[in-house]
Amino acid sequence: MTAQKAIMAGLSAVGLFLAVGLAVAAEHNGPGVSDTEIKIGNTLPYSGPASGYSAIGKAQAAYFAMINDQGGIHGRKITYLSRDDGYSPPKTVEQVRKLVEEDQVLAMFQTLGTATSLAVRGYLNDNKVPQLFVATGADQFNDPKHFPWTMGWQPSYRTEARIYGRYILDKLPAAKVAVLYQNDDFGKDYLIGLRAELGDKADKMIVAMQSYETTDPTIDSQIVALHASGADVLLIAAIPKYTTLAIRKVYDIDWHPTRFLNSVSTSVATVMKPAGVEKADGVISAAYLKDPTDPQWQGTPGYKAWLDWMKKYYPSGNLADIFTVYGYSTAQTLVAVLEASGDDLTRDNVMKNAASLHELKLPMLLPGITISTGPDDHAPIKQMQLQKFEGNGWKLFGNVIPGSGGQRDATASEGQGK
Amino acid sequence: MSKNALARAADDVRAGHYAGLSIGAWRWLAAGVAIALAAALPFAASKYQVFELTMVMIYAIAVLGLNILTGYNGQISLGHGGFFAAGAYTTAILMNRYGVPYWATLPPAALVSFVLGVLFGLPALRFEGPYLALVTLAMAVAVPQFLKYFDTWTGGVQGINLIKVTPPAGLGLDHDRWLYFVVLVILVLAMRVAANLLHGRTGRALIAIRDHPIAAAAMGIPTARYKTLAFGTSTMFTGVAGALAAIVIGYVSPEGYSVFLSLSFLVGSAIGGIATIGGAIVGGLFIQFVPNLANDISDAAPWAVYGLAMLLFMYAMPRGVVGSPGPWFRRLSRRMRPHDAALRQ
Repeated sequence: MTAQKAIMAGLSAVGLFLAVGLAVAAEHNGPGVSDTEIKIGNTLPYSGPASGYSAIGKAQAAYFAMINDQGGIHGRKITYLSRDDGYSPPKTVEQVRKLVEEDQVLAMFQTLGTATSLAVRGYLNDNKVPQLFVATGADQFNDPKHFPWTMGWQPSYRTEARIYGRYILDKLPAAKVAVLYQNDDFGKDYLIGLRAELGDKADKMIVAMQSYETTDPTIDSQIVALHASGADVLLIAAIPKYTTLAIRKVYDIDWHPTRFLNSVSTSVATVMKPAGVEKADGVISAAYLKDPTDPQWQGTPGYKAWLDWMKKYYPSGNLADIFTVYGYSTAQTLVAVLEASGDDLTRDNVMKNAASLHELKLPMLLPGITISTGPDDHAPIKQMQLQKFEGNGWKLFGNVIPGSGGQRDATASEGQGK
Repeated sequence: MSKNALARAADDVRAGHYAGLSIGAWRWLAAGVAIALAAALPFAASKYQVFELTMVMIYAIAVLGLNILTGYNGQISLGHGGFFAAGAYTTAILMNRYGVPYWATLPPAALVSFVLGVLFGLPALRFEGPYLALVTLAMAVAVPQFLKYFDTWTGGVQGINLIKVTPPAGLGLDHDRWLYFVVLVILVLAMRVAANLLHGRTGRALIAIRDHPIAAAAMGIPTARYKTLAFGTSTMFTGVAGALAAIVIGYVSPEGYSVFLSLSFLVGSAIGGIATIGGAIVGGLFIQFVPNLANDISDAAPWAVYGLAMLLFMYAMPRGVVGSPGPWFRRLSRRMRPHDAALRQ
């Protein structure tokens, strides 16, 4: 070979090597990823009537700040782009499109709200963008067959209702059950879950159902009607305001059924105290996160780590607010997925790793509760533990109970909003 | 310009000529240039920007409806978000439940919102000013609740996902750009219809009813009929805008039609120029972009920035961006010939 040809061959080889190298490197970096950065998108109501949830976004940003200080994810810092959607679905669509098309985020994380997350689910799945760990208890986000890029995080309302159903079947098999539920998908999800768990005994055991609207000033008539059915178990699937009213009324008409409260309405400050702690004594609910005000966690390493993080990275946060624990734990889940993806930070690989979590433990999850997902199972947390309200606070009891994992309930009412 | 040239220019203005062309000709030219620019924009902009501009045009159509009712006819409405929702849900239900193609849902959406507007306009005849405002506010707060209540039709809180529109083959347009042109055509049509309506007899009747209702009635204008029809026409425009919004966003749910939407329309209307047609576009731009800009300026208090922007606009241009230049020019031309009695109006 002449010198000229040799040089040409050498240059071509170098060129080819570079091209292949670049191609290989490009293959491993999805949108929003560089050697130093991973961009993650989020929408949340920072303004408007639902802005109480903004503590979640602030906690998540604070957690990622801590991870970045500790070196990031294999050397890459997380850039958390959290945008306000005011809890308005058209705004969510706009912000998500902006995040995906202009900011080029790798994935959407914890879009908050049922309607808002549904608004962008189609778009994200069509464009193969992971919609990870949606912040809502609605059941539709565990549907990998139709929406493989979407995944929930917390136990769904149906899962929770199933857990109450299981307790009833185990401990109160002869019970006559009454249900007070909010007349929308949130309340109806509890009814569906309960019926699913009671199975063919559902019609026999559920002796009365009463619904209320969020415009009703009281629910006295509903409670009286439920009492008249002779039920000895009552499930209250209501938001905090109506839970308070229900606890009070049930006590005042001298009815003492075994009462179940949904986990959305367990705040001591906004529900139990206004209802009257002596009236609320004995109600049962379920939890999956450690309540930061529960004294039994105070000395534990998990709580201490959380407290240290709060003090250093989120000093303006409320130490009694469980939303900070929620934000902390969801952020940890995302970090686990990103770390598992290693250097192959493509949307495909991130989604694959999100759907292959195996008994991931998080320090602020109740002991015994872990996160598991699979290609057919987009419900990361399926377990809860029951807790009873005694004296001034909630006391956990019993064992961690598994809810239904896997696909959505076949008994689900389809046809709405598809 | 020299003093003589200035005086000659003022004479021309009085005679209705500006640099050789009549004002009508200028209007046609301006419209043509605007439409040409609007048609070229989507090819220079990114998909997301095209989506944003489509939303601007949709809000412009909605605000145009409000301008007809509140600006030209003086009937204040704080409830147009409800009619926007009516159009949106008509389209969503027809497309989703009955498989009607998206373009075919627009006439029914227009009809439904027109009928609703007339039905609303009839009892509204009894109310004036702030009382009418309250009645229309009732519409704004009631509609999301109705939407949640009739959940077998509306999908309740979960809303309705609309089928994605596929652009016709062979045009080389993607989904976003195709919808941009669909909305552009409807906007131009809406503005033409509004112009015909408002610059003719009907418009004069509406303005007369707004400014001097008793004199108008005394002159023989059937005020009840005109007011009701103004209501229906106005809600029809806003309803069509709502239908287009549903198609473009691809999802409807009660959360998207809050009281704040109704208030946004009024804000956009006032900022653009409440008794103008072109002002609707400025209103659309304001509604779409100012909240986001406010967020960029201040993370902590974006709505304070929004309020400040509103105040600045209203202070600097009390008749809106499009409504204010007219009186300025008139004052300007008056000042050029201060001794000319004919200029004193």
